[in-house]
Amino acid sequence: MAIEAKEVEAIAHLARIQVEDDAIAGYARDLSGILDLVEQMGQVDTEGVEPMAHPWDAAQRLRPDEVTEPNRRDDYQAGAPEVASGLYLVPRVVE
Amino acid sequence: MHQKSVAEISAALHTGETSSRELTDALLARIEQLDPRLNSLVTVTAEQARAAADAADERLRTGEAGPLTGVPLIHKDIFCTDGVATTCGSRMLEPFRAPYDATVVRRLAEAGAVMLGKANMDEFAMGSSNETSYFGPVRNPWDLEAVPGGSSGGSAAAVAGRLAPAATGTDTGGSIRQPAALSGVCGLKPTYGRVSRYGMVAFASSLDQAGPLARTAEDLALLLGGMAGLDERDSTSVDHVVPDYSEALNRSIQGLRIGVPAEFFGEGLDADVRSRVNAALEVLEGEGAELVEVSLPNMELALPAYYVIAPAEASSNLARFDGVRFGYRCAEPQSIEDLYKRSRGEGLGDEVKRRILVGTYALSAGYYDAYYGKAQQVRRLVAEDFRNALEQVDVLAGPTSPTPAFDLGERADDPVQMYLSDIYTLGANLAGLPGLSVPAGFSRGRPVGLQLIGGYFDEARLLNVAHKYQQLTDWHKQVPEGFE
Repeated sequence: MAIEAKEVEAIAHLARIQVEDDAIAGYARDLSGILDLVEQMGQVDTEGVEPMAHPWDAAQRLRPDEVTEPNRRDDYQAGAPEVASGLYLVPRVVE
Repeated sequence: MHQKSVAEISAALHTGETSSRELTDALLARIEQLDPRLNSLVTVTAEQARAAADAADERLRTGEAGPLTGVPLIHKDIFCTDGVATTCGSRMLEPFRAPYDATVVRRLAEAGAVMLGKANMDEFAMGSSNETSYFGPVRNPWDLEAVPGGSSGGSAAAVAGRLAPAATGTDTGGSIRQPAALSGVCGLKPTYGRVSRYGMVAFASSLDQAGPLARTAEDLALLLGGMAGLDERDSTSVDHVVPDYSEALNRSIQGLRIGVPAEFFGEGLDADVRSRVNAALEVLEGEGAELVEVSLPNMELALPAYYVIAPAEASSNLARFDGVRFGYRCAEPQSIEDLYKRSRGEGLGDEVKRRILVGTYALSAGYYDAYYGKAQQVRRLVAEDFRNALEQVDVLAGPTSPTPAFDLGERADDPVQMYLSDIYTLGANLAGLPGLSVPAGFSRGRPVGLQLIGGYFDEARLLNVAHKYQQLTDWHKQVPEGFE
């Protein structure tokens, strides 16, 4: 299946990834190749086969809803690109 | 001493023949001298290693030591290490310092193991050659023009180059077993859920599993014992008894039924690899094992299913790298969208972007059923093939990878060619089964691996078979030239 340049741009926007103009053709070609590979799955009839989301279909283990972690906000924010007063800073989103 | 296995080092530490500090200093010197040729390490933690070695020596003196106390090892740079860089091979995480240890790191440290450093790897574990690392490719000690395999390529090369007796790795589609095979060492991917994923940077959460690399199966047994077990911090980790993996190593394999899947010996398998693997199977047969031909009819669909499921889960997991809370942020973002897009565009490498784009496409509106839904159905068919085969036999055996190590750059421009290197390994990930690779000879000077796949939680049996094989062969005792 051939992926067009404008589809690459649309997917890249969904994924919030900047792709340079001169790289788009290469991604279109690579994605087309990967989708060709993936489409081999069409050979097999999977009608009625239950999708397998987990290696042995186990249910997620649950735990009591208790506080188990201490507040380490300062530690976690120590590596953030920009913080102030315990908040993560980003460019203004509301004028 | 750098040629010795974990088991031999452990014995020497307990008899006082050497100290952990002496060993650690020697290996750090070796890393300084030899790693410029391999680029297998991203970070060397010399100062911490010496302190940990001294503490281990103290435990050895006071009789509080276990089998891993004082044993030096290297962690793949996907495991978070408190205060030490965890880059995952990416520019995105170059500035990242985790404020906590991964469970694997913590458990091995508590057992007294000494971390020498962090191993290079394919970026976010996406790759089969270790060429996608932001920190440069790793070279194969057996041939510096060859790739070591990936994504745990730094771990495999470091162990093969005798820079450490053991290393940790992770395996989403073959990332422990394939580099182990291509670099001539042993590697074990345990059953999904056997080892905690807490603090391990996530790639594809329904497939990811951590495991050890070392030069002998005996060593893998010791390391797995130190890594495995329930962890409340990973809801997919399993509450299943951790056996003494060393205990079963010497069991007889007389009468063991080894299934040989016809699909592992089809088109695309290198002739030398085929003959090395067949010779290895004959060795096991000579020990009394029975070879049984089995079939995994949907095996050829494992690769396409994998290349939907893994990228889809990756596109979701890697959404967290957005330039806001940690990691790389682009310069002077003009808007929040610009911040996201440029931080990700500049911070992530080509292969990672490619997979995120594939995954985003596969999960986008209108395509979900055709791709992700279909892939999950195919995944069940593949898993059922393994289940059926393992009802007839005790373990499955075949090649780990269809070719020996390829040249650096040889497949870098063709993602689909690169993906074929994992064609025999990713089935075990889809099914969640344990798999092991053990050195089985050479082709034109480059190593070949024999892969063993077992039933759920049957790691002890894989280790037993591999150990028996290593008792009868000396491939693992051969040393790459220049790394004696």
